[in-house]
Amino acid sequence: MIYMENFLLTIDPFSILISPLSHEFMRKALMVSALVGAVCGLLSCYMTLKGWALMGDAVSHAVMPGVVVAYALGLPFSLGAFVFGVGSVALIGFVKQKSRIKEDTVIGLVFTGFFALGLVLVSKIRSNIDLMHILFGSPLGISDSDVSQTLLISFIVVAILLIFRRDLMLYCFDATHARSIGINTGLLHYTLLSVLSLAAVAGLQTVGIILVVAMLITPGATAYLLTDRFDRMTILAVTSSVLSSLIGVYVSYWSDIETGGSIVLVQTLIFLLAFLFAPKYGILRFPNSRTP
Amino acid sequence: MKSFSNQGQSPIYRIEAEQVCVDYNGNLALYEASLKLKSGSICGLVGMNGAGKSTFFKALMGFVSPSRGKIRINGVPVSMAQRDQAVAYVPQNEGIDCSFPVSVWDVVMMGRYGSMNFLRIPRESDRTAVWHALERVELIEYRKRPIGSLSGGQRKRTFLARAIAQRSSVLLLDEPFSGVDVRTEKLMADLFMQFRQEGRTILISTHDLNHVRDFCDLVVLINKTVLAYGETSKVFTTENLTRTFGGMQPDPISGSASSDE
Repeated sequence: MIYMENFLLTIDPFSILISPLSHEFMRKALMVSALVGAVCGLLSCYMTLKGWALMGDAVSHAVMPGVVVAYALGLPFSLGAFVFGVGSVALIGFVKQKSRIKEDTVIGLVFTGFFALGLVLVSKIRSNIDLMHILFGSPLGISDSDVSQTLLISFIVVAILLIFRRDLMLYCFDATHARSIGINTGLLHYTLLSVLSLAAVAGLQTVGIILVVAMLITPGATAYLLTDRFDRMTILAVTSSVLSSLIGVYVSYWSDIETGGSIVLVQTLIFLLAFLFAPKYGILRFPNSRTP
Repeated sequence: MKSFSNQGQSPIYRIEAEQVCVDYNGNLALYEASLKLKSGSICGLVGMNGAGKSTFFKALMGFVSPSRGKIRINGVPVSMAQRDQAVAYVPQNEGIDCSFPVSVWDVVMMGRYGSMNFLRIPRESDRTAVWHALERVELIEYRKRPIGSLSGGQRKRTFLARAIAQRSSVLLLDEPFSGVDVRTEKLMADLFMQFRQEGRTILISTHDLNHVRDFCDLVVLINKTVLAYGETSKVFTTENLTRTFGGMQPDPISGSASSDE
């Protein structure tokens, strides 16, 4: 125990947590990552309960050409990303309806097509887009206009999710009942998909296109293992997600590793802890919950 | 208790389907189906899988619109009936995601959503309705339990309570007898009698003939169209049942026709 205390004393929590805050880029990175973490964490509950993980993956990849086109035209990148995100979803629905191909195949087909288009456009359009920034995010180098875009997107997403939270929960749980009492489930479906596109755009800032799907499902999956109540699940998902973002950014700063990867790795570690030790659903559980 | 008696003199039917045809992209699922149910009826909807039972339910809930014919609930079109919270659907146990993180109370409260404002914030009256509904299905002490921890019968009662809390005048039940215990079955029998007394009309979709005999006053035999409907004792003839189940005789032991699985 004494060794442990000595060890802890040699680490100065003040310098670890506070000193990076003297840099403006760190303050921005922490704020944006935490915000995006909260937004994606909230949405992840609906994604995991609705079984839309693949859809999240699809939308986040499909925004790629939108980002490139928007940059080339000098428009806000989130606008292009949103248009292509919603467009990909509409296209998935259209192809599924008009052909005999199964949905997961259509999703895989459409998002890889869009993603490939994005890659081709990046190489063809002469611009100063850094492909690596789109693919892997760069919260430490985020610009002021990107910060304000992320703020706006986050506000819209959180507002929609809070206003419709009961309806969306009912829609995920029992769409038939929702419809039979006169709730417009078609509208809810597209609301959730639009919100997904927006959240993917926001997540792109911090962890990039490749890893944004982790932000959209991991916190929800973690929270799902920890509780049987929907409201608690949202709180737990948001908490674990924000915590992951903050820890991830700090770890990335101090050990000079890639930020997006660092955030998602922390999320995955938290999930693993829940998977092993969750009181009711963990595979190991707490030892005393096993004794009769 | 709210009563569901009809206002006005003219006989208004709880469910009124006239010459209803439904087709999915040219595939006829139901044709010229007609049915009239007064308030306070318990009616079995009997047919094989694919005979159009679920299509008929969907038409009554307004999920598919008939290509021909018309449907009225309490004398008004289905879309209006929806807004009045007139139709409640009690799903099959298999159709429910049991691991969804909601409690019994949460599920029954969902029956009140249609009567709340758009933020769905429960008022005192909503909580009272949920409490009473849970008392009627004898689940009040289970209200805080997650639905995943319930037995099949308890889960069935939870969704019945949701329909009660909704205060609907028409209940559509999908295979309510599958996977329920004796206690639940007894409780459902009592509840159905009470519903009938309150003037609610219950339509039970099933292929379990024994339960239809025990529970239902009326029966509708369906095979792409309404083959026969009326009092259970009169409609349940060998000839009618043979037509319903496409020449397959119902199993004399279980009482259910198993030609569908």
